Amino acid sequence: MKLMLGNEAIARGAYEAGVKLVAAYPGTPSTEVTETVAKYDEVYAEWAPNEKVAFEVAVGASYAGARAMVCMKHVGVNVAADPMFTAAYTGVNGGLVILVADDPGMHSSQNEQDSRYYALSAHIPMLEPSDSAEAKEFTSLAFELSEKYDTPVFLRTTTRLAHSQSFVEEAQRREVEIKPYAKDITKYTMMPSSAIGRHVKVEERENRLKADVESFDINREEKGDNSIGIVCSGVVYQYVKEAMPNASVFKLGMVYPLPIEAIKKFARSVKRLVVVEELEPVIENALKANGIECEGKNIFSVQGELSVAIIKEKLLSEKKENVSLDLPVRPPVLCAGCPHRGVFYVLKKLGLTVSADIGCYTLGAGAPLSAVDTVLCMGASIGIAHGFKKALGEEAAKKVVSVIGDSTFIHSGITGLIDAVYNKSNLTLIILDNSTTGMTGHQDHPATGKTLKGEPAPILNLVDVCRSCGAKSINVVDAYDLKAVENAVKAAVDEQAVSVVICQRPCALLNRNYPAPLYVEDCKKCGACLKIGCPAIEKQKEGNVIINPTQCVGCAVCSQLCKFGAIRGGKK
Amino acid sequence: MKTNILIVGVGGQGTLLASRILGRYAQLKGLDCKLSEVHGMSQRGGSVVTHVKMADKVSSPIVALHDADIVLSFEKLESARYLNFLKDGGVVVVNTQQILPMPVICGMKEYPTDVLEQVKTRGINVVEADALSIAESVGSAKAVNVVMIGALSKYMNFDKDKMTEAIKGTVPPKFLDMNLAAFEKGYEI
Ligand SMILES: Cc1ncc(C[n+]2csc(CCOP(=O)(O)OP(=O)(O)O)c2C)c(N)n1
Repeated sequence: MKLMLGNEAIARGAYEAGVKLVAAYPGTPSTEVTETVAKYDEVYAEWAPNEKVAFEVAVGASYAGARAMVCMKHVGVNVAADPMFTAAYTGVNGGLVILVADDPGMHSSQNEQDSRYYALSAHIPMLEPSDSAEAKEFTSLAFELSEKYDTPVFLRTTTRLAHSQSFVEEAQRREVEIKPYAKDITKYTMMPSSAIGRHVKVEERENRLKADVESFDINREEKGDNSIGIVCSGVVYQYVKEAMPNASVFKLGMVYPLPIEAIKKFARSVKRLVVVEELEPVIENALKANGIECEGKNIFSVQGELSVAIIKEKLLSEKKENVSLDLPVRPPVLCAGCPHRGVFYVLKKLGLTVSADIGCYTLGAGAPLSAVDTVLCMGASIGIAHGFKKALGEEAAKKVVSVIGDSTFIHSGITGLIDAVYNKSNLTLIILDNSTTGMTGHQDHPATGKTLKGEPAPILNLVDVCRSCGAKSINVVDAYDLKAVENAVKAAVDEQAVSVVICQRPCALLNRNYPAPLYVEDCKKCGACLKIGCPAIEKQKEGNVIINPTQCVGCAVCSQLCKFGAIRGGKK
Repeated sequence: MKTNILIVGVGGQGTLLASRILGRYAQLKGLDCKLSEVHGMSQRGGSVVTHVKMADKVSSPIVALHDADIVLSFEKLESARYLNFLKDGGVVVVNTQQILPMPVICGMKEYPTDVLEQVKTRGINVVEADALSIAESVGSAKAVNVVMIGALSKYMNFDKDKMTEAIKGTVPPKFLDMNLAAFEKGYEI
């Protein structure tokens, strides 16, 4: 037995089930599945530029006859939705599993959408494990169901499942023969004439599955006190067991389609039926649509996570008083030496409206930099800046710039850039090239020169990409050099065409071969260096600053702000 | 025997080793165990918390409010942030190291000087230690984790031999002696 993260257990489950190919784009809380499975020599694994491509790669392997998996966070499904909806029509050859990690409570996300609605609307079955052992078991089951019912199968997790460890028993890998691929345009070529036929098959297999699911043992009734019956799934099941160990529980291992008849029987055996589910009333609505009377979102919020305390409060009226102390908050911040910091300082100084994007650099929105105006979804910074400019008059439009990270630019920024060039925008695009996908824990991408398997790879040259897209001027600067950044941004903003500034400098956590820390001598207490919000610079009660040598990595961005030359050492 | 532990600190402090050792310990004791960690956004210098639960059978991987036996705090201010998780009569073991949060760094807020006093007035047993200096005295700041585990073992009455075994099974062999020394020092706190 081994303690494993839910994500590690899923990787192990896929490995044992004979998966041949895994494709993904990183996204918390799904990332470790792909990172873990990539360590097995028998499995081909890759980072794709985005979830849509990853999905298509996995579909290709499945059509070719191999077991394949694609992994993403909940919002990744929005990107992959186009191939996904139609892959539900074609079905599979080798088993195809879609791992999707939801994030109730938004620990690391920009929304808390509920992926179960995708299962409903695309007619794709969905499993939801409640601990690591089940995560492993359900992954293997997902491949079997996929092949048996000729459909992709969702495996859904949430942050607390993905990032919790519990005991798992490992087993041997079972090699699964590649199924022969036979050309069949009625199955694999989705044009109206064949898609019409496949849609019929989707309904047929779903009806078959709806009948079979009634006797699946991953859905089970746990008889207890009959005054209340609770329907639940995933990690919420664990909260329920802890909060109300004596209640009758119907635990769902499959959240779509539901074993309606079995739940009806359960409902008749209890006095009160409550669906306890995080986020949307997906199960509750399905039960009500089938004439099963139940409670759910009349008691529990559609927002955030559930917990043992919430369940006890809402269902047992048990609540303990909480104390609240007035403590300074500790939000996440750009690291000491982060190359994004100086760029945001310059953008703020120039008074620009910043259409930013998703990544570590979203933290440029926090005080004291407070340099970000808008953040929507990956890649949106470019379209939004372009739309702003088209809506505003020419002078006002000059103030708007777009800021995007290297991984995000490759993920979904390039088409936005093409649009801006094509539609004659005078867009200013600032690419923060830190040579990695920082936010999700340093994954490689097409411009880093390394694959997920650690092999050398061709390097996508961002300057060439921007040039090919038609950007008129492209300026590459050192992100640590504030003057150079400022001059390049000013020139780009004045340009009457699409212009790009690429701010380069590897993430400070990548190569930790730092120069000596800086130090302060004879501080004049002007506070200029505090404007960049570096966690290594600490203001003292007397008004002077000191540099914390255990934090400082010697980037010397702060010393460029000190008019008195009081910050010494480091580079330059 | 049921023990609920909260390990709290600042993203980047590397509290993960402590939870790995505790997981190993639970296994050696034949107990069920669940751990819950934080990955992603808050690792960038934000406030982070790891939940560790061991018992004959553990359901929720998250320690419920008012149900922690002990909070192991790697930073002074953070010790006060999770008070509502503690049971009545719970213990806080706090490394007195201070890491300034951004609102303090840029002068918008003050680092409260009386955090531990505030915690104590809640009827909580506060154990203070300069775990960083202790770790440095045995060879490396990196041993802070194990110093804290030493203190935790004492206040939770953990099986010392089994904990030593858990440390042996978790840390790299070349740092073993240093970590065992760190554990002993922690146990004396
Ligand atoms: C569709 C989608 N996929 C994945 C994510 C998770 N995610 C957020 S930012 C990011 C990439 C950040 O990398 P980069 O743009 O290079 O910026 P950095 O963090 O390195 O500054 C990822 C993968 C997401 N939010 N949305």
